[in-house]
Amino acid sequence: MRPLVLAVVQLHDRTRNTCVNQNGFCPKWISDHIGDYLSPLWRHVELVVLSVAIGFALAFGLALLARRWQWLGAPISAVSGVLYTIPSLAAFFLLLPLTGFGLVTAVIVLVSYTLLILFRNITVGLQNVPGEVLDAARGMGLTSRELLWRVELPLAMPEIIAGLRIATTTTVGLAALAFFAGAGGLGEKINADITFKSNVVVAGLLCVLLAAVLDLMLVGLQRLAMPWRRAARA
Amino acid sequence: MRYRITLSALAALIAALAIAACGSSSSSTSSSSTTAATAGVIAKNTANASKPTIKIGSKNFTEEFILGQIYAQALQAAGYNVKKQLNLGSEQIAYKAVKGGQVDAYPEYTGTALTSFFKVQSKDVPKDAQAAYQETRQKLAANNLTALPPTPFTDSNGFAVTKATAAKLGNITNLSQLAGKTKNLTISGPPECAQRDDCLLGLEKVYGLKFKKFTPIDIALREEVLTKGQSDVGLVFTTDGAIKKNNLVLLNDDKKLFPPYNVTLIARNPAVSKAGPDFQKTIALVNKGLTTPVMQELNARVDLDKQSPAAVAAQYLKESGYIR
Amino acid sequence: MTPVAFLGQFGDAVDIILHKRESVAGGIQVGGSEWLTLIGEHLRISAVALAIACAIAIPLGLWLGHIGRGEFLASSFANIGRAVPTYALIAFFVAYIGIGFRNVALALTLLAIPPIFTNAYVGMRQVDRDTVDAGRGMGLTGWGIVRGIELPMALPILFGGIRISAVNVVATATLGPIAGVDDLGKPIINANVYGSSGRLAAAMIVALLAIGVELAFAGLQRAVTPKGLKLDDSAAGRRRRRLARPAPLPQTIAQRGGSTE
Repeated sequence: MRPLVLAVVQLHDRTRNTCVNQNGFCPKWISDHIGDYLSPLWRHVELVVLSVAIGFALAFGLALLARRWQWLGAPISAVSGVLYTIPSLAAFFLLLPLTGFGLVTAVIVLVSYTLLILFRNITVGLQNVPGEVLDAARGMGLTSRELLWRVELPLAMPEIIAGLRIATTTTVGLAALAFFAGAGGLGEKINADITFKSNVVVAGLLCVLLAAVLDLMLVGLQRLAMPWRRAARA
Repeated sequence: MRYRITLSALAALIAALAIAACGSSSSSTSSSSTTAATAGVIAKNTANASKPTIKIGSKNFTEEFILGQIYAQALQAAGYNVKKQLNLGSEQIAYKAVKGGQVDAYPEYTGTALTSFFKVQSKDVPKDAQAAYQETRQKLAANNLTALPPTPFTDSNGFAVTKATAAKLGNITNLSQLAGKTKNLTISGPPECAQRDDCLLGLEKVYGLKFKKFTPIDIALREEVLTKGQSDVGLVFTTDGAIKKNNLVLLNDDKKLFPPYNVTLIARNPAVSKAGPDFQKTIALVNKGLTTPVMQELNARVDLDKQSPAAVAAQYLKESGYIR
Repeated sequence: MTPVAFLGQFGDAVDIILHKRESVAGGIQVGGSEWLTLIGEHLRISAVALAIACAIAIPLGLWLGHIGRGEFLASSFANIGRAVPTYALIAFFVAYIGIGFRNVALALTLLAIPPIFTNAYVGMRQVDRDTVDAGRGMGLTGWGIVRGIELPMALPILFGGIRISAVNVVATATLGPIAGVDDLGKPIINANVYGSSGRLAAAMIVALLAIGVELAFAGLQRAVTPKGLKLDDSAAGRRRRRLARPAPLPQTIAQRGGSTE
């Protein structure tokens, strides 16, 4: 006698209309599956933080160079402007022959996107320091380096943080495309089921929330870094 | 009253047990029915942990995700170290990946392999599933690839229309009935359909159908594009749960354009030999339960119930008794 | 990846732009003159989206800027517009409305509105109030002020916003094939048919197209800038402006003093 297969895959009853098979916005499905979004969300955060940090470091260095040698300002702006104009999707695939699929390609493209806004805002912030303040500080005997770190940069903070906020929110939006370069992120979740309304809405909302949270953190950073402004407003 | 009902219930229970006991293996004791169940369990072999990591890939749609997960989880249960790289892309990309060593194995359809990789005309592929598999195995062997024994289920390309469209075209049920009616119709399918002999090209050659426009779509949208009225005829897969759910009419392939499409796990020869005998044994074991109704159910769980392919694969392995 | 192999890939990409060839699996021809159709479709959907966005955002932004209302709307619009990922926007429309030219155009229009609206608003608001008063003194009212004073001075900033939107729309239109629009994104998203050379070629063309659009609108922006406003961007000019501006520290103290109740 042939052995009876005692274990068998159960066929589910699909005759009833449920929220999910009617492709609606289903809170229960979302609460059941929200865990699936955590890993892509974390990868998204990694992409944004890494790219903005590296972009800031680069832009800061370039701004200092342009402060020292004024003629560098225009070419740096021009190059970062061109990088900014190239659509990120195209940029991923232009880099592909060189760096392949993965995190590196995505980060390089995202960094190049932040350069224009960060360089411009840091430079403008430094330029907007009033002449009298600089003269007064020099009169007090501050060296050029002390001038930069103790006078110019603190006064340039509003512009710099404004630039960081714009760069961060823009990068959150762009990082949704990073999965095209094989780097994961929330865009991958959207792509996994682009027709399922609940999925698209959750992944999109998580992006917007992430941008809002990071933006608020930067505003908080601004308040911390500039206590005199708080006093002025009081 | 109660006494009589309880008696008949008891009788029914005994009858059921008797039938079950009769159905189990020849030594009809209760323990043998357990043996039949445990015979299917994947045994963990600790020696497999020291073998090189096996990289399992898959193509870019639901059924492939589920199969990739099933094979990966089964191999893990057998003690192997497994890395998954699912969603590689369509067949050309996946084939390139396995030839180049980016993955060690991925599930491919016999019909697709023969028509897409070896340029066999779709009509010329043997209609018998085993014969098609043998031909696939021979051709792949020349590329240093092993095609493992195929699944029982076949998931064929098919073309569907909405009920309304079928009625409008004269209550058609077969593909050949579309002849002469396609001048103003749109056809949809994944982008590679335009270049495949078992897709758009075959429809032109074998059925003589010329459509007004081919709309390339993301493969996940294949039924959606029909129900939303954005395409008249659309490529579907015969195991899709969405066909029944959306009341689509799957047109019969009466001229036998489509070859068999059983799934065979294509694996690199070096990976197969290094993995030892448990590799092929495990795959063969979990293939046994993959009949067409089962595959349809698993697809529906992902596509209609929106569960994740990993979870559904785990359910399959558990419900079939391969994993405790 | 050796330099020669790297250059070779680009060379092959240029080849697929110039000559038709067989698709990856054979059976159909891709490349060559097909690029013209793809570029045309790309420009068509970008132009449609931009035009509709301008038609909606410019009147609204100029009007609100003129009457001085809607500051909150302008700033929050700008922020939200930046944070919503374009891919999510297109996916949202695919999930809710389906694929097709109209749906992609709608998504792109929504994308294009915030920068144009914000810049129209800010452009009108930042017109020097003294100049407007002078105009009123000369007898201009309402529409006369808008046409004679505010609009000409707001145009450069407005066109800056249109320029930003134009580049964004051209860039995002690359996602068109996801929603069934066959534009330049097609070889990128369907690389299994066009091959990696086709994909690279499409990326190159999209990049050049975006740069071209940026330069074109920059030129347009310069053309509408009234002569007197063309900023003196030399080092001397910048220093002059910097010295002319009051220092922030004394300003805030004065503000605090002035605002005690």
